[in-house]
Amino acid sequence: MIGYIIRRILYAIPILIGVNLITFILFFMINSPDDMARAQLGAKQVTPELIASWKAERGYDRPLFFNETVEGIAQVGDTLFVQESLKLFLFEFGLSDSHRDIGADIQRRMAPSLAIALPTFLIALLTNISLALLLVLFRGSVFDTTMMVVAVMIMSISGLFYIIIGQLLLSKLWHWVPISGYQSGWEGVKFVLLPILIGVVAGIGSGVRWYRSIFLEQIHQDYIRTARAKGLSELRVLFWHLLPNGMLPILTGVVVVIPSLFMGSLVMESFFGIPGLGSYTIDAINAQDFAIVKAMVFLGSVLYIVGLILTDISYTLFDPRVSLS
Amino acid sequence: MGIVIRLLLPLLVLLPLFVEATPWNSPYPKGETADNTLFSAFSSPPKHLDPLLSYSSNEWAILSQIYEPPLQYHYLKRPYTLEPLTLTEMPRITYLDAHGKQVDANSSAVAFSEYHLELRSDIYYQNHPAFVKDTTGQLRYGHLSVEALEGIESVEDFAQMATRRLVAEDYAYAIKRMAVRQNHSPILDSMQAYIVGLERFSEAITQIAHAKRALGEVLDLRGYAIEGVKVEDERHLSVRIKGRYPQFLYWLSMNFFAPIPWEADCFYQQAGLIAKNLTLDSWPVGTGAYYLVTHNPSQTLRLRANPNFHSAYYPTLTPQEAEQMGIPTTMLTDGGKRLPFIQEVVYTLEKERIPLWSKFLQGYYDASAVSAESFNQAVSISASGRMGLSASMRQQGITLKSAIEPSIFYLAFNMADPVVGGYTPQARKLRQAISIAQDQEEYISIFMNERGIPAQGPLPAGIFGHLAGKEGTNPIVYRWEGGRRVRRTLEEAKRLLAEAGYPEGISAKSGKPLTLYYDTTSTGADGRALMDWRRKQFAKLGIVLVIRTSDYNRFQEKVRQGTTQLFSWGWNADYPDPENFLFLLYGGNATIDTNGTGINSSNYKNPQFDRLFEQMKRMPNSPKRLAIIRQMLDIVRADAPWVWGVHPKSLTLTHRWYHNLLPHAMANNTLKYRRIDASLRVTKQTEWNPPVLLPLLLLLLVVLLGLRWLYRSYEKREQSTLQGDH
Repeated sequence: MIGYIIRRILYAIPILIGVNLITFILFFMINSPDDMARAQLGAKQVTPELIASWKAERGYDRPLFFNETVEGIAQVGDTLFVQESLKLFLFEFGLSDSHRDIGADIQRRMAPSLAIALPTFLIALLTNISLALLLVLFRGSVFDTTMMVVAVMIMSISGLFYIIIGQLLLSKLWHWVPISGYQSGWEGVKFVLLPILIGVVAGIGSGVRWYRSIFLEQIHQDYIRTARAKGLSELRVLFWHLLPNGMLPILTGVVVVIPSLFMGSLVMESFFGIPGLGSYTIDAINAQDFAIVKAMVFLGSVLYIVGLILTDISYTLFDPRVSLS
Repeated sequence: MGIVIRLLLPLLVLLPLFVEATPWNSPYPKGETADNTLFSAFSSPPKHLDPLLSYSSNEWAILSQIYEPPLQYHYLKRPYTLEPLTLTEMPRITYLDAHGKQVDANSSAVAFSEYHLELRSDIYYQNHPAFVKDTTGQLRYGHLSVEALEGIESVEDFAQMATRRLVAEDYAYAIKRMAVRQNHSPILDSMQAYIVGLERFSEAITQIAHAKRALGEVLDLRGYAIEGVKVEDERHLSVRIKGRYPQFLYWLSMNFFAPIPWEADCFYQQAGLIAKNLTLDSWPVGTGAYYLVTHNPSQTLRLRANPNFHSAYYPTLTPQEAEQMGIPTTMLTDGGKRLPFIQEVVYTLEKERIPLWSKFLQGYYDASAVSAESFNQAVSISASGRMGLSASMRQQGITLKSAIEPSIFYLAFNMADPVVGGYTPQARKLRQAISIAQDQEEYISIFMNERGIPAQGPLPAGIFGHLAGKEGTNPIVYRWEGGRRVRRTLEEAKRLLAEAGYPEGISAKSGKPLTLYYDTTSTGADGRALMDWRRKQFAKLGIVLVIRTSDYNRFQEKVRQGTTQLFSWGWNADYPDPENFLFLLYGGNATIDTNGTGINSSNYKNPQFDRLFEQMKRMPNSPKRLAIIRQMLDIVRADAPWVWGVHPKSLTLTHRWYHNLLPHAMANNTLKYRRIDASLRVTKQTEWNPPVLLPLLLLLLVVLLGLRWLYRSYEKREQSTLQGDH
């Protein structure tokens, strides 16, 4: 398995170079280094000298992909793309265009992102599985049909609607929790309740429908029939026999997202004033801060690849028939 | 049902125990709102808190509470008036000829003006680790190792703090820092044109800074001097300016000229601190009424009253003066009292307007601006067009304060364009016709919720040269009838258009409809509505308007290159002087002639206007200056390089516990004058935010009943299965 993991890590290198290249091309198609300088330096009193010194200090005075002013390998090496990409692969994110240490900012913002994303993920997983099992228990009943209609309705509504309605009802009208904000520690629990609730509710429709279909595929299998034949109660059949066997496809979809939880939620963090990595990325895009954008895209790609590797590993743990080679 | 009631009853009994005196939805730690703390918000993280770099109003709102430039604006006096802040008196100005000999202020031989500044002797910096010295007199935290920085995440984490007195060298040091090109001062290039020796010094110090940085050494600027900036002693400083530049006094009230202690500059150049984001750009060191204790730009900024703050008192005005200046008498009650009143200020990041507005209504923010979304809820417009508070706001005890901002948003013609530009009578008439057809009153009503007034020229109210009433009316676009301005009719516009060679919008030469191009960044639903309106304004004259949408970067590029025809733009005043608006139309600042750096983006060039501008900009306010400004206004109104758009109106809502908030378009260091009644705030917050528990109980009831029904159904099924099995 170690050989497999090493191979997967090596495969990741060209993928990350590709992602980085695409980020470069897309970003610099829209923003020239001069535009970035202007965005950072403000609209007033911006002179060519000021722009030139800003670019020189941050290395944006280099050509993007090919440097004609030098000879040999430096023609490729002494370019913005290579210089910036090399540091990324060493996980040196450097300074943002507004001269803040990106690594320090990422470290500080990871906790608020996780404070929302992790509980949302766990509670949603638990809720969705429980509800799906319940629907399987009452399959074909009015309850099952009604819940399926509700699930489709929940899926059809935009996530923003839940945020606005949640803030209106729970914060503005009923005064249960603060409408936005964040604090670390136990004092901060009241701030994360609403975003977590909204995250769980918004994902319940698709989650329940998906898990229900997985469980329904299993319910007619021989081992279930055997369990029933042994005289086990339906609840015991569901939890002791159906659930462990239904977990494998669920894991496929779930493990892959675990590393990405660190990246936070772009919309949720913005609406609830959570100082996480999601809002960090949005702010950087708005401020045309390329240093942060490329760091976050790179980090997101790395975490996604880690998620895929973890998924593969989890197969071997849950299904003895699968082995990695 | 019995089991449900059995489960619910204890909950009903226990619930009141959870209902505390502090509202559940309070976004602040328990008891904090009872303190003498002001709660405010910021919509985007400040990019810079270095006074050298910062050039945006949201950053100045914080920085100006911390740093003290030599001058400030009087809080109550109108029109805006400068007064000493850290000086004993207003700067004394002497005039010199080319040989450095003192001459009369009105002499034609004036080659230099020298500003003499005398500092107060009782001003001390906030406590800061940069000032701590060891027993040998060396800076204790001047050479911090990685080990020494363990556990240090903020300036407040240092074990020792100290202060020192403000000296004249600190102001000179700030100007020297400005000269270092690597520091990216936005005003360096402008100031080089005025401060004697700054350009030469900048070139030299930039080289030195480059070498020092390459070696990883700290650059201490004390050993270097600018020819025109002289530190006479600890309390006296002089700055020599090329020629006359009366506006320099306004610059002396801006944060660019705030003092920088050399200790702080050297302290923050240490690599270990930079790696922890502890820099002068994030942790200011000032002498102001407040100092920064929390700097988390993604969440909270917290200011605390500076214990070393010098004596400063709330300004006084006589009731007669107040009436004359339009200042409410409620603003006078704290006259003569020691400042500041508020002990702490908490700024919370609120990117979205809905949470910001809701928190204001819940009493968790002490003041709020009126956004487009909240306008209808907050403001009512009477039949006569008067703006006032809505009934619900009045009921909550909220007050509304409005002020015309020293800004202008206009529709610019590119004067270099062959169709809309030029100075022929026909070209002028085309622009005049378009100016009449643009119904600014309708625009303000539809798109600004009446939060603005139609501009009559480039100068907004409050700026010297702005005239109200008939005298201030733009005769090209308006007529003065029955004591009010009336927009000229469409027929008049059409007549002008015909005289311009486009009868009914058809070119007399080609016989084709006149088609104009408008560059914009507006997108989305709001943008589309605005562009539809814009098209209609031109269609009234038969002109076809083609909208060219691009992103902001491309739009700016087009304006810089002069490839636009029509576009909308705006300007916010730096200081309350007409020069700061009229230079937007000065030919020497034309964008296409200055490689895109000039501020005159419409590329307007009228030699007569330029001559008058040169004359006016060096003059102090006087009837003679006013006469020149009026001539200039007449010229630009006739030439019509802009459709004189709108001067926006700012609206601020405050709760009844918030006192002394007076909109001031120029001053930023006004927090020290504000006062709050924290006990009233707590009372109202509790009154307005009781948790509504009925929905919670109903929800619990539904869940419990649902579970019970499911359990029964399951039991029934199991039993029927068993029976079936038998």
